[in-house]
Amino acid sequence: MVNISDKELTVSAIKNGTVLDHIPADKVYRALELLGLTEIDNQITIGINLRSKGLGSKGIIKIADKFFDQDALNRLALIAPQCTVNIIRDYKVAEKHKIGMPEEIIGMEKCMNPKCVTNHQPIKTRFSVIQKDGHTGLLCHYCEKITNLK
Amino acid sequence: MKSLISIGDFSKEEILHILEVAKEFEKNRVQKILEGKVIASLFFEPSTRTRLSFETAVNRLGAKVIGFSDASNTSVSKGETLKDTIRMVTNYVDMIIMRHPLEGSSRYASEVATVPVVNAGDGANQHPSQTLLDLYSIMQTQGHLDGITINMVGDLKYGRTTHSLLQAMSHFNAKFIFTAPEELRMPQEYKDFLDSKGIEYIETTSLDDHLRDCDILYMTRVQQERFTDPMEYEKVKDCYRLEASMLDGVRDNMKILHPLPRVNEIDQDVDDTKYAYYFKQAENGLYVRMAIISYLLGYR
Repeated sequence: MVNISDKELTVSAIKNGTVLDHIPADKVYRALELLGLTEIDNQITIGINLRSKGLGSKGIIKIADKFFDQDALNRLALIAPQCTVNIIRDYKVAEKHKIGMPEEIIGMEKCMNPKCVTNHQPIKTRFSVIQKDGHTGLLCHYCEKITNLK
Repeated sequence: MKSLISIGDFSKEEILHILEVAKEFEKNRVQKILEGKVIASLFFEPSTRTRLSFETAVNRLGAKVIGFSDASNTSVSKGETLKDTIRMVTNYVDMIIMRHPLEGSSRYASEVATVPVVNAGDGANQHPSQTLLDLYSIMQTQGHLDGITINMVGDLKYGRTTHSLLQAMSHFNAKFIFTAPEELRMPQEYKDFLDSKGIEYIETTSLDDHLRDCDILYMTRVQQERFTDPMEYEKVKDCYRLEASMLDGVRDNMKILHPLPRVNEIDQDVDDTKYAYYFKQAENGLYVRMAIISYLLGYR
């Protein structure tokens, strides 16, 4: 049996799967939606408003028997670039990394410009990720307009 | 293979090269250097000036034009995607000149096509040949492009010509005066762009405020087709009207530019003053478009 510290017990451990840590507390529900976690049967443990030195208040999502591809993590990065991804195998952290902000996002998110060609033709959206005044925006490769992320 | 979709696709050196080539074409309007070439002119929305100017440029260069000026007579009306239309046309021609109401459509077309694409306007987004002819007109009237003060007047919110001209003139140490009603002010993103480059600008709502402080008075029409709210259009449609009597005391070298068509923003009595340059500006479009086409096809 794994040695579980009191700190880790704040949210119950999983045997295999992914732990997404350091999600801003107010972005946890959005993260669940973005990753499609509201529509799967896997065991999911959610912690919200946990104390965090860096964020003040953070959220954590533990998903049993689920591993994410880079596209999904890029999607999450848009709202939680400081998120840490922990891959758990047999109760141990097998891999751990920060997701960081991708430079380009393809095929995700809609362009906010109703006259953008991507909203009228069967075209994959393509954005450069830009940071401004602490907010993340997506610069459309096609119409050159900026979509601000909620 | 290079296309011209956005003015940002051309470096300062390429812009200056195009303007130099345009000068040559102005001196000698007929140079059949593209004999045997076929160029598609695909106008998915109406445009008189731009289409005629591009098609004249193609003809004067000795190439042939195919295409349409109204998409309702094409397979587009049957639901054909833009991708399929471009894939079909690209097999027939050496270049595609395209105007389309959707923003970003020309960029997309350039990714599908196997020949150069020239954006002749994609909705309210970009119209780079207009920007180049504006630059050419500034250069021809002022003798140079460096350190020019440009007073942009009218619809600075939706007017793509002002946005692209601002981007292009940022290469040349320009100063800007933005004259617009509150509802149509220059969008923040363009002011941020100027700030990031350390370029000076001032904003005013009064046309008279800085009429005497500029080398170029760049008038624009308030474009009804860009408004989604008709009430907003009604409020601002006649916000400025330039008359000859207002031009007392302006700089001697000052010239008035306008991308045309005009409605009420320039009175006809201005046409006969030495400051009016907008009809010559439209003529310049021919030489600049000849230069763009021959450059992209590797002939100049």
